[in-house]
Formats: sequence, C-alpha cells, structure tokens
Amino acid sequence: MAQFDLNDDSVVVIVGSGAGGGTLGTDLARNGIKTVILEAGGRYEIEDFINDEWASFLQLAWKDPRTTSGTWEVHKDFPGLPAWIVKAVGGSTVHWAGASLRLRDHEMRTRTVYGDVAGANLLDWPITVAEMEPWYAKAEDRMGTTRTNGIPGLPGNNNYKVLEAGAKKLGYTEVSTGRMSINSQPRDGRGSCQQIGFCFQGCKSGAKWSTLYAEIPKGEATGKLEVRDQCQALHIEHDASGKVTAVVYADKDGKLQRQKARVVAVAGNSIESPRLLLNSASSMFPDGLANSSGQVGRNYMRHLTGSVYAIMPKPVHMYRGTTMAGIVQDEAKNDPGRGFVGGYEFETLSLGLAFMAAFLRPGAWGREFTSAIDGYDHMAGLWIVGEDMPQETNRVTLDPKVKDRFGLPVASVHVDDHANDLAMRAHAYKQGSALYEAVGAVRAFPTPPYPSTHNLGTNRMSEKPRDGVVNKWGQTHDVKNLFVSDGSQFTTGGAENPTLTIVALATRQADTIATMMGKNEI
Amino acid sequence: MQNSPQAGRPPGVDRRSFLKAGAAAAIAISGTALINAREAWGLETKSLSPETMRTLIVLARDIYPHDRLADRFYAIAVKGWDEKSAGNAATKEMVVAGVLVLDANAKAAHGVGYADVAWEEDRVALLRPMSEGAFFQAVRSDLISSLYNQHEIWPLFGYEGESASKGGYIHRGFNDLDWL
Repeated sequence: MAQFDLNDDSVVVIVGSGAGGGTLGTDLARNGIKTVILEAGGRYEIEDFINDEWASFLQLAWKDPRTTSGTWEVHKDFPGLPAWIVKAVGGSTVHWAGASLRLRDHEMRTRTVYGDVAGANLLDWPITVAEMEPWYAKAEDRMGTTRTNGIPGLPGNNNYKVLEAGAKKLGYTEVSTGRMSINSQPRDGRGSCQQIGFCFQGCKSGAKWSTLYAEIPKGEATGKLEVRDQCQALHIEHDASGKVTAVVYADKDGKLQRQKARVVAVAGNSIESPRLLLNSASSMFPDGLANSSGQVGRNYMRHLTGSVYAIMPKPVHMYRGTTMAGIVQDEAKNDPGRGFVGGYEFETLSLGLAFMAAFLRPGAWGREFTSAIDGYDHMAGLWIVGEDMPQETNRVTLDPKVKDRFGLPVASVHVDDHANDLAMRAHAYKQGSALYEAVGAVRAFPTPPYPSTHNLGTNRMSEKPRDGVVNKWGQTHDVKNLFVSDGSQFTTGGAENPTLTIVALATRQADTIATMMGKNEI
Repeated sequence: MQNSPQAGRPPGVDRRSFLKAGAAAAIAISGTALINAREAWGLETKSLSPETMRTLIVLARDIYPHDRLADRFYAIAVKGWDEKSAGNAATKEMVVAGVLVLDANAKAAHGVGYADVAWEEDRVALLRPMSEGAFFQAVRSDLISSLYNQHEIWPLFGYEGESASKGGYIHRGFNDLDWL
C-alpha cells in the first residue's frame, strides 16, 4: 500500500473519503496520480458494523460539537446535532440508504424555471442534465444501480407493500422499488441483498455500494492511493501567489502534521467543508479561502424532509428488509398549482424501536406518544425528500464561542424554513397521511425532520465567480488548484437523494483534474 | 400496578408500606432497598434514598406509560440516576430537589407523596407545569435510551433487533404481509 512523504508536493490531497472524496481518490489513483486522503474518522470494516441503532450511532456518527440556530425544528429537538452523518472511512456512504436518482432537467435550471422566488437565492447550475448524462451513466454502472444496466429491481418488503397499495389507491402511478445501489444480484465481487434492515448502520452483507469497500480498496490496489484515517484537516495553506500548497492536520495521536500538495480537494460534507475553508482565512484571504464571493457557507440546504408513520390495522414489521424499499415519484414534478415550486419524493423508511422513540415526536411524552409506540409492529413509514430553497442566510459559520479539541471554532448551522418549504411539507404530510389512510391506517403521525443527512450547497457551483464558490468542474473560482468534491457544490438541491449526483460529479472531476495536471495547468 | 395482597410478604417489609394504595403500591421499601414481590425483584440503592428511587420509577412510567411493561424495566431505566448521583453532587442535588418539589406539590393537592397519588391523570397534572424544567427534561430525555434501548423490551413491541447473524430477513418474513 502506498505511503507518501509529508514533503512530497506532487500529491493530490483530498479531505474526506465519502461519496465525493472516496470516488475522486480512487479515480485519480487509477489515473496514476499520487493521492492522499485525509479522513477524520476511523476505519471500520463490514465485520465491525453493529446491527444496533444506538451502538452504531456511537461507532459511526459525527458527534464532535456543532451548534445550531434558526426556526428549523432540528434546532429545538437536536440543538447540538444538526446533521446525522458519518465520521469514518467511507463517510456517509456507510450510512446512506442506497437511493440513486438523477436530478431532473428543471432542477438544474431553477432560476429560469421557478423565476424569482422571494427570499430564495436561486441560481441555474452552470451545467445541464444533458452534460451530466454520460457521468450519471458511468456512476450507475460503477455503483450497480438497480433498474439501470439491465440490473433488476429489488424485491419489495412489507413496508413497500403498504406504500405501493396506498399510493395506487390515491391514483399515483410512479411507484416502484426504485433505483438503488444495493445489489439485487451478485455484482462487482459483492453479494446480493439479504434484507437485513439496518442499512443506516453499515451494510453487513456488503450488498450496498459504499466507497469504504467498493471503491477505496481498488484505489489502494494501484499503489497510488494512501488513506490516512483519524486525521482531521485543520487548515489549508497557500503561497504568495495564492495557490494552495499544503493541508495541516491532526494525526491519530493529535500531533499536527503538514502534508504538502500539488492540488487540494475538499470533500468533508457540506458542514465541515465550508468550515475548513473559513478556518483557513489568511491575510490574503481574510474572509476564508476561496471566499471572495462571500458565498462560502451560505445557501445551506438539507432537503425538505419529514416523515409520515402510520399505524396499520394489522402487523407490518416495517424494519424487516431494506430501509428505503420503495419510492413514489408522482409529486416530484414542478407544479406550482400545488402552492409551491419544486417537488418531493416519498421513500419508505423505518426505524428500530430505539430510534423510533427518539425521532417519532422528539420531546413528546404521555399516553398519546406511548400508544403510538405500542403500535410499533403495525407501523408503516415513509420519508419526504423535497427540494428546499437556497437562502443566503441559511448558512454554516464559525461559532464565536465553541471550539473543538484542537482549539478551532466549530461549525454553527443556521436554518430558517422558507415559506415554500413550509407549504411543500404541509402538502407532503397531507398526501402521506392520505396514502396510508387509503389502506386503512388507524392513525398517522407527521414526524418532524431528523438531523440532516442530505447536507448541500455551502460551496455552490456558479457560472460567475460573484455568485458562488466553484465553477462547473468544482474548481474554486479564486484558487485554481483548490477543488470542492462533495455535495456542498450543489447549486440547488433538487428532490433527489444526492449521492448519485455527488459520485457522477466526482468521476467527472477526476477526469478534469487528470487532464489539467497533464497539461500543467494546475 | 395495584396492591396485590396475594403476592406474599417478603421478610423485613413492614405491613404499612405494603398496604398503600397508590401508584407505587407494588414497590415496598426495606432499609435501603426497594422490593417488588409480585415481579420478584429487589433494588439496593447506593446514593439516593429508596423513597426517591421509588418515586423515580413511578415518574418514569408516568412519562412513558406502557401497560405491557413490568415495573422492573422502569426500575432498570432510572437506576442510572442512583449511580450518577453517587459520583456527582450536582446531579444528586437536581434529582433530590426535583423529587422534593414533586412530592410537595402532590401533598398540597392530594395529601400524599407523588408516588402514592392513585390516578395517573392526577400525577400527570402535577407533571405538566414542570415539564419544561431541567429535572423533568433530564429524566425524560434519559429514558429515551435507558428505557427504549433495553433490548429485553424489544420483543414486547414486536421488534426483533439484530438480524445479520440470522441471515437477515430474506427467508424470515421480509415480505410476508398478506392482509392488503
């Protein structure tokens, strides 16, 4: 396995090993480019994963301090936990449910299609769905996405059966077990889904695609990729010309190290990535690295989210099998006649008893709550994934008081729901409840958003440097050898789970970086 | 949760505490221990008084009442407060003061301590005004894991827990729903 010298200034340094960083690092290594991935978390392999919600949370989740503010309910319910994401090699591809959906044409042109929505900082992506098409195709092939490349769909579990029956009763037609990067048959050296459940706790069969075991080992096998786990990037250094030159990080013993770099790519998810840029402020970049636009950390998006759980007349045992077992897509269109722009997906979701108690209605107590829990084995559930509006004031900043164990300011996440978000969520709660009532639900519960899993937009792509942080290649407008490779690039969020798009962008970016390096442009 | 004269009388339990009619009637106190004869368990307290622990058990059930759960699950859920109080004076003070307030309000309204108020509805009415306070919130939020993460209660709610070692649900009913 590769081991590169700290003073080797010919390496590409990637911060983060998730969907963006893990994919980019693997592809660069395959292109013969020496690459170092710095991963803040530890390395847990499939055999280390735990089928137990709390124990797994303690093993995998990002639990370092963060702060929150704003009118979003997460601030009230989970003030120190704005996001439920992973701190481990593989990043949130360890935790993700596997849904692999392409953004829709109108979702990459929201300023044009939605128009001027008051309070929203809408902008068209500098790339189109047509340009993304070959990269989406490559991503689906490498991830083994069902219902693409001749791969059959997964079988529906009990939770899906309820969703499908209710959806059809309501007249919905776009109902299926979806496009999932979970093997429905053996592929790429990994077996097929055993319907274990616990997709969020790390897939014990390896059927679900993750950079941890489906990508990074392939990169390491080339001898060009070194993954340093338990290495937390603290700041990025630059020279007098404004090019980045090194990443300073704390190693597993807490000792500061400086890895020199020819190129740096930031892929620490949409909370840590802007934090790293902001914590890298210097006299040349007083507002933070690559922040001449002032947009670093702004336009934070998290998808609409919210869930509907319902108690059905007979047992469901929704926790058996794939967590995200099916999807209803009829509401994903843009139909302003519903009272909001953009759309949303319904996707099945289930929680174990322990997390159901924590998330069904945070803070609730008494018999209304416990009689719902008493109906646990009769519950069916869905998750709402909808497009939320980018707002300049929804942003990640450096907390003025709270510092991490290295003495650096932690990220503070401010979110106010936009009126469009509230209208869409109300519509989705109503439709979700109606869906279950159509097949006999006894009670339905509009469950508030969990800590964010889809964190997007804080280093957004823009055609013009003044409107965003990176260009259409994820290259920062201000620093030509500095890239952003995660979901923070998203100009807008769409209504689709973001991983497929992150992987497609990372694959495309690897190609671009290799070309630019080949021409000595960076 | 009613008095249960058939349950027999463990040695050392005085008759008076046994004949109480309130929520905590099944839980007797003997020295520094709580004894539930009906469920055949005892709990020795270390730091908090047995009266305080008994009140916490009733409080836990009132916050998250599940008739299908025996008292022992609630006792296990709040046992941590006795342990935490042994090592932390501030925690102990918060718990003791919280229970004192609860008992004082119960006595003012019903003439008996909180645990001996007979109806859940009356006890819940005492809780509501203090439900935003630090003591109530600490007990409530702790219960989310200390009660619901007890693996022994999961089967009582039809939740089967860990499944990978059993081969998942692919041959064990992931799609066995047949009533639609």
